[in-house]
Amino acid sequence: MMSDVSVSLNKTAGASDIAGGMASPGDFLALLKPRVMSLVIFTALVGLVRAPDHVHPVIAFTALLCIAVGAGAAGALNMWWDADIDAIMSRTSRRPIPAGRITPGECLAFGLTLACFSVGVLGLLVNVLSAALLAFTIFFYVVIYTIWLKRSTPQNIVIGGASGAFPPMVAWAAASGSLSLEPILLVAIIFFWTPPHFWALALYRADDYARAGVPMLPVTAGGDETRRQILLYTLFLVPLAISPALIGYAGIAYAVVSTVTGAGMLWLAINVYRKRTGDDAVRAARKLFGFSILYLFLLFATLLVEAVIPGV
Amino acid sequence: MSVAKPGQKRATVAKPKAATAKGSKPQPTPARQPAPDAGVVLTDEQKRRRRARSLAIAGVLGFLVLLFYVVTIVKLGPNVLNRPL
Repeated sequence: MMSDVSVSLNKTAGASDIAGGMASPGDFLALLKPRVMSLVIFTALVGLVRAPDHVHPVIAFTALLCIAVGAGAAGALNMWWDADIDAIMSRTSRRPIPAGRITPGECLAFGLTLACFSVGVLGLLVNVLSAALLAFTIFFYVVIYTIWLKRSTPQNIVIGGASGAFPPMVAWAAASGSLSLEPILLVAIIFFWTPPHFWALALYRADDYARAGVPMLPVTAGGDETRRQILLYTLFLVPLAISPALIGYAGIAYAVVSTVTGAGMLWLAINVYRKRTGDDAVRAARKLFGFSILYLFLLFATLLVEAVIPGV
Repeated sequence: MSVAKPGQKRATVAKPKAATAKGSKPQPTPARQPAPDAGVVLTDEQKRRRRARSLAIAGVLGFLVLLFYVVTIVKLGPNVLNRPL
């Protein structure tokens, strides 16, 4: 009986021993997932520049800042919810919460504050439509993807990928106050790019995901089915990425870049499909993962250049 | 749950010194012993981090003041000067 009491007391002491206020500004910055944020800023910038209406540079900067901070807030809330599985997976075990540098409460407060602030400022200083879309993006990433889908279905990143695809549409709405087919096309490109990108990563990190109990496709359906799905999504993605040039939204430079890099993407996806065992399989998946980042960057960079330098 | 960084000390709560027994030799006081009513005593590392956080918050607040001012001017536009007196 006595030992039960002491064990209980020790547990209580341990629970209250979480040291808040130990974090440095860098730890809070890490909660914002800066690498993901940089991709969000870049794709949002393209949406902003491609929008037909002129927007004052200060307003454009404010819109980009709010979108970036909103994305960071969603990342922080994702780290708050996923702290338990982050501690198990080697890729994420050094994040601020599992490493013990920030408490879950601090992370939650930080994420909620930034989310409310980014949406509020975007609504007040830019326009209501873009603020509503940003709020929906944060909600979709945190509630639909992180809390609901991530641990319940292997289609988690397919549906959840929509939240990562929204930033150019939010930026377009910030610049023009409306939506049209072009920003939806940009969203569709990122949406269909997400599964091959993340499943390539999951192929060589399957053990990590399995240990954490995350039902990624390679864990639930196996490597072969994942390779088939990667190829199918890539077959759909490549013509979709070329389509802005075909329907007149983009120029010759984009047509050339999207065709050449699309061929590269398809070639690497076929390689992943063919090489199924040993080091060759891991190398093929790593190459596809790395190239997919370059692919998306080149597509959006070309759209950006075409918008900034007319006639390219 | 929380793990301190290697080589890092946690904040400690100061405890009152135990009364010295009568007639025994007074023990030398360790250096930097907190006063009995000092409350939570931060380590030097914790103080440094708190200062860094405070400076970061000050910087962000200053930046927001500037941003709100500039956006207000931009939204008002040049016509703000052309008003009937």
